[in-house]
Amino acid sequence: MCFGGKTAMHEMSLAENVLQIIEDAAQQQGFARVRTVWLEIGQLACVEQESLRFGFDVVTRGSIAEQARLEIIETAGQGRCEKCAQNFPLAALYEACPECGSYDVKVTGGDGMRIKELEVE
Amino acid sequence: MCVTCGCGIGQTLIGGYALRQQRKPGEPMRFRLHEKDALVSDVSASRIVKLEQDLLAKNNVYADTNRRYLSAHGIFALNLVSSPGSGKTTLLVKTIAALNGTPPLAVIEGDQQTENDAARIRAAGAPAIQINTGKGCHLDARMVGQAVQQLNLQDDSLLLIENVGNLVCPASFDLGEAHKVVILSVTEGEDKPLKYPDMFRAADMMLLNKCDLLPHLTFDADLAVEYAHRINPKLQVIHISATSGDGMPEWLAWIREGCRNAAAAKASLG
Repeated sequence: MCFGGKTAMHEMSLAENVLQIIEDAAQQQGFARVRTVWLEIGQLACVEQESLRFGFDVVTRGSIAEQARLEIIETAGQGRCEKCAQNFPLAALYEACPECGSYDVKVTGGDGMRIKELEVE
Repeated sequence: MCVTCGCGIGQTLIGGYALRQQRKPGEPMRFRLHEKDALVSDVSASRIVKLEQDLLAKNNVYADTNRRYLSAHGIFALNLVSSPGSGKTTLLVKTIAALNGTPPLAVIEGDQQTENDAARIRAAGAPAIQINTGKGCHLDARMVGQAVQQLNLQDDSLLLIENVGNLVCPASFDLGEAHKVVILSVTEGEDKPLKYPDMFRAADMMLLNKCDLLPHLTFDADLAVEYAHRINPKLQVIHISATSGDGMPEWLAWIREGCRNAAAAKASLG
């Protein structure tokens, strides 16, 4: 979420969490530089990718992940209709079941945020 | 904290005190490079490190800790979320007055800046602690955990957490509460549940506030509720007005029932 300009956004917190996970891994696994970070972000995860990239650049400055390449893999939203049990791709949380029109839809995928792996040296 | 420049601590203040660092005792300082020389990487082979970690995992650990603490003490905690200006603080002040000490309650106030809201709550007769998130747009579970420690909550009490006014970011951050309560005022748009679906999906209760103003507005309350139910069919809704008192009995009854259940669950834990 970006409110336009430099004001607050939770992507900055998420970027800080990414760095924290990287720094913890660096201590456990003994690496000194990160070249690439692969994130998996769900389409329904309420994350603005550009804000996350901006936040990542800011919080990694001066860290072992400075200038690391950020690769974001977007996973598609998935829903299941609670009325007719149909599974279908869900692009937004307000969508109805394409089969029966019910809004009683459970999100079954594409709402997570994970750091998958790192390329390190 | 970085010994070179002091970076690493945000601007979060809890009751005027800085948020403690995440570093555990004995854990080494977070190491940050500040010399440009160090950024020139050696020509060395790279390798892949598998992590597969949820970005919110750390917050969720703190949230679980808060939830365990709260349930062990029979405390019913609500996380109140809304846009700025929906009337959250006024609603809290009226709720405090109406409950009149039964159950005992305390308030955590989240705002980017100022102690104003905590001062309003204290004036209403409840203990309150202000969290200033600085540039942060939401409360997280670690801030709330530290605030809970400072508040010295009574067993079998009510904890009301007023999140930063923002319908987006607080949806993702579990604080350890029993329920998120989303407040939508009738001076906003009916389609807010569709525009900000994550929050309406995360909430269990919606308070449609400022209902006393409905005769003067074109706001379609039924449509707003219908939109909210498209996002979250299980969302409970109370039409309320902190000013006129309409809907307050239902809201207070819901709170009291939650408190009774929390106290009973604690008792059954032994």
